Amino acid sequence: MNLLGKLSWDAIPFDQPIIMGATAFMVLVIAAVLSFIIVKGYLGPLWRDWITSVDHKRIGVMYILLALVMLLRGFSDAIMMRAQQAVAAGGAQGYLPPEHFDQIFSAHGTIMIFFMAMPFVIGVINVVVPLQLGVRDVAFPTLNSVSFWLTASGALLINISLAVGEFAKTGWVAYPPLSELQFSPGVGVDYYLWSLQISGIGTLLSGINFVTTILKLRAPGMGYMRMPVFCWTALATSLLIVAAFPVLTATFAMLLLDRYLGFHFFTVDGGGNAMMYVNLFWVWGHPEVYILVLPAFGIYSEVVATFSGKPLFGYRSMVAATMAICVLSFLVWLHHFFTMGASADVNGFFGVMTMIIAVPTGVKVFNWLFTMYGGRVRFTVPMLWSIGFMITFVIGGMTGVLMAVPPADFQVHNSLFLVAHFHNTIIGGVVFGLMAGYNYWFPKVFGFRLDERWGKASFWCWFVGFYLAFMPLYAVGLMGMTRRLQHYDNPAWQPWLMVAALGAVVILAGVACQAIQLVVSVRARRQLRDTTGNPWGGRTLEWFTPSPPPAWNFTVLPSVGRFARRTPAEGTQDYKAIEMPNNSPIGVITAFFAVVTGFALIWHIWWMAALGLLGAFVTLLAFAFRRQEEIEVPAVEIARFDRAHPAEVTP
Amino acid sequence: MQSLLGARHSSGAHAVSTPKKMRHWSGALPALIAAASLGGCSEGVLDPKGPIAAAGREILFNSLAIMLAIVVPTILATIGIAFWFRSSNRRARYRPDFTYSGRLELLVWSIPAMTVLLVGGVAWIGAHDLDPRKPIASSVDPVRVQVVSLDWKWLFIYPDQGIASVNHLTVPVGTPVSFELTSSGPMNSFFVPQLGSQIYTMAGMVTRLHLQADHEGSYPGLSANYSGEGFADMRFTVDAVPPEAFAQWIDAARSAGPMLDAGTYAALVKPSSAVAPFTYRSVAPDLFNGILGSTMHPHGAAGLAHPTAERAEK
Repeated sequence: MNLLGKLSWDAIPFDQPIIMGATAFMVLVIAAVLSFIIVKGYLGPLWRDWITSVDHKRIGVMYILLALVMLLRGFSDAIMMRAQQAVAAGGAQGYLPPEHFDQIFSAHGTIMIFFMAMPFVIGVINVVVPLQLGVRDVAFPTLNSVSFWLTASGALLINISLAVGEFAKTGWVAYPPLSELQFSPGVGVDYYLWSLQISGIGTLLSGINFVTTILKLRAPGMGYMRMPVFCWTALATSLLIVAAFPVLTATFAMLLLDRYLGFHFFTVDGGGNAMMYVNLFWVWGHPEVYILVLPAFGIYSEVVATFSGKPLFGYRSMVAATMAICVLSFLVWLHHFFTMGASADVNGFFGVMTMIIAVPTGVKVFNWLFTMYGGRVRFTVPMLWSIGFMITFVIGGMTGVLMAVPPADFQVHNSLFLVAHFHNTIIGGVVFGLMAGYNYWFPKVFGFRLDERWGKASFWCWFVGFYLAFMPLYAVGLMGMTRRLQHYDNPAWQPWLMVAALGAVVILAGVACQAIQLVVSVRARRQLRDTTGNPWGGRTLEWFTPSPPPAWNFTVLPSVGRFARRTPAEGTQDYKAIEMPNNSPIGVITAFFAVVTGFALIWHIWWMAALGLLGAFVTLLAFAFRRQEEIEVPAVEIARFDRAHPAEVTP
Repeated sequence: MQSLLGARHSSGAHAVSTPKKMRHWSGALPALIAAASLGGCSEGVLDPKGPIAAAGREILFNSLAIMLAIVVPTILATIGIAFWFRSSNRRARYRPDFTYSGRLELLVWSIPAMTVLLVGGVAWIGAHDLDPRKPIASSVDPVRVQVVSLDWKWLFIYPDQGIASVNHLTVPVGTPVSFELTSSGPMNSFFVPQLGSQIYTMAGMVTRLHLQADHEGSYPGLSANYSGEGFADMRFTVDAVPPEAFAQWIDAARSAGPMLDAGTYAALVKPSSAVAPFTYRSVAPDLFNGILGSTMHPHGAAGLAHPTAERAEK
């Protein structure tokens, strides 16, 4: 018996210069960051203040940091794909063989959805929701830390696959039978499955945490109809996570049973049925779209209201629309496979249901319009992202409804038209929203604003780059080009794909501007300092505490009055000690064992998998028998903080 | 419908190759749209060569026109309102209390609802009219073709003519073609953009599709569902020829090439890509059902001994 399972030196692709170059780069960056931290003596503070932190704001920041790093990884994949398709026309094979190209598009989709968009969304929810609700933390702070570290574990595993072994060559949906052992015998699909199983548990725990937080912990007086719209969208998203992610976990568990123990859920032989996987995958997959986009809608609602100098127009409509989307999102999944041969009645029903979702979405767009109407619109960076979204997203929505018409879908299903559509909604909807939120709440989290000029430059690069990159894809899609082609013979497509590649380069410039914006802002942090706690004139509770907020968020928990939200610290001078959850390393230790277990299972190293599971279980036991759960922040410390921020507690 | 979006351009006009047009391009976006409408018509789903594809394109255009009627004003309104109510515009009236209006609420719910009512009607009727399983009404008897997607090539069996071909489909013009489709392994999607409607091919199951070519010509066909390493080369050509030429092609195919039976199928099913088209002069009876049945048993030719397709209809 081999102690290392399937693992050997052959697993590392030494003969692939691109992969080895990327690996060397990643190792160098990690080594550089680590040595910087150690040399500067930051290791202790990093462990105390961040890695073991259960503070929702810090966990949120770590989520967003993970998302930004993964954005770079996923974006490199995108640039490589666009470059490949720009050159691989006629007889040309491009510079990427199918073996490598197929891994790249699979990794791009998986990373962008699960390790860029999801952590970014959950990160923003983490930072903002407890502040907006006027509470000190989430319902289960330690669980929150576990959620984050499990997500990070999944991301780590997927990146290990770059250097050790391979990633899935199945597309990010990993449809069987292609993803079954018979057609994908390598470890690629196992990397895909285990990294998503581990991060999926993290996401589910996060969903449970925020449903509980929003339903059970709100500032006194904050009834449901007084919650900011962002909290409503966070609630809808968390409910969707709780309902949808177990389906994904169960579906992947079935595929794992097929691959590891010879079951026949989705195999071509033994009575398996691959259609069931496709159904179950999209029963999760379509709500997932709304898990991502609803919080983005919430961000736009906050941003548009603040920078129009008005409360949101039609608040109750917005809430109704959000919850309608939340429910309807479970009734449309079949539109992902109209071409699988269902009857006309079934296709027609799901087509019409899909369109009905466009109604509440349209209502939202109109309400943002009427919020700007009669306002004083300030074209700040978050507002530019929001207006850019409104223009871009209606186009994406339109092409989406177009593909909800079954016969139209028969013509463009799986084509680059579809690729253009979902990037139109995910970039134009989710990413633009997250960028708006990043610029909007950054001063709240770090106490200084981001540079406006570089922010605007970044927006314009993204905006123009997006149109350059994806409008041509609509055209080649109509010309009959299907997705995931490593090369093609039709030379008429090539000019379009070259324009698309140029668009990707323009977006790259946008990403670079964002990096520069961060560096410039950190260096100019004194000039950009937010001393008011409310740099934009916002009306929600997070703007009624200093920037950055103390660990306890509010010295006195705010209470929300009938007509206006009173300032939190009104006239209270006698400070009381505040109990806060204790830091805990359980998240990072659990994550360590999760990585060990996942890696061991991928490579069939059974003894190591058993050790990993045992370690995780022991960690859980140790946590269950912990002595000290909370620490007390003494009253003097709170008083000292308040005296240091006089302007901010009495706005 | 064509009047709404401009008459169809002749298929020869290709925007990119006309230097005169290039000089008149003032911005990137109008140029893209112009080139999309011209270039797109020279091939693909906007240049239909049969009734199904033509109906599909009409539905595409109808839905697009209905939605553009609401999308274009919304985009213009967004830009207009944001610009007019900019904080530096002293002439714009600031109305911080304008946060609710019952009438507007009714309007914002009903505008998208009515749009969806229209497009929903198009979807429901279209789903039934263009159901891939629905035979095409015609006075001519349909030609039957059994399609098998293999790693990574297409096998077309003509059961009534007793021949088969690989990566090449010949059909008579003006005659409905009735397809039965399955797969030897991974899912694929059978798609000829200029003839219309694609459909998945899945192992152990049969999907059905009816298409017709109304014009002579050669049309590209492809797999539209990723199926692994050789996927990019999983292309085929459809030749739509006059009925007499079709009969001649059948005769020619019968007189040359290998025979397709369990043995040669087992050789064909082995993964290979970019296979040059060729024909089989004869096909073992019931081979298609054998392929369907074989997926019910451990992979291999043994399954061909059990030709009953228990799950032929899903």
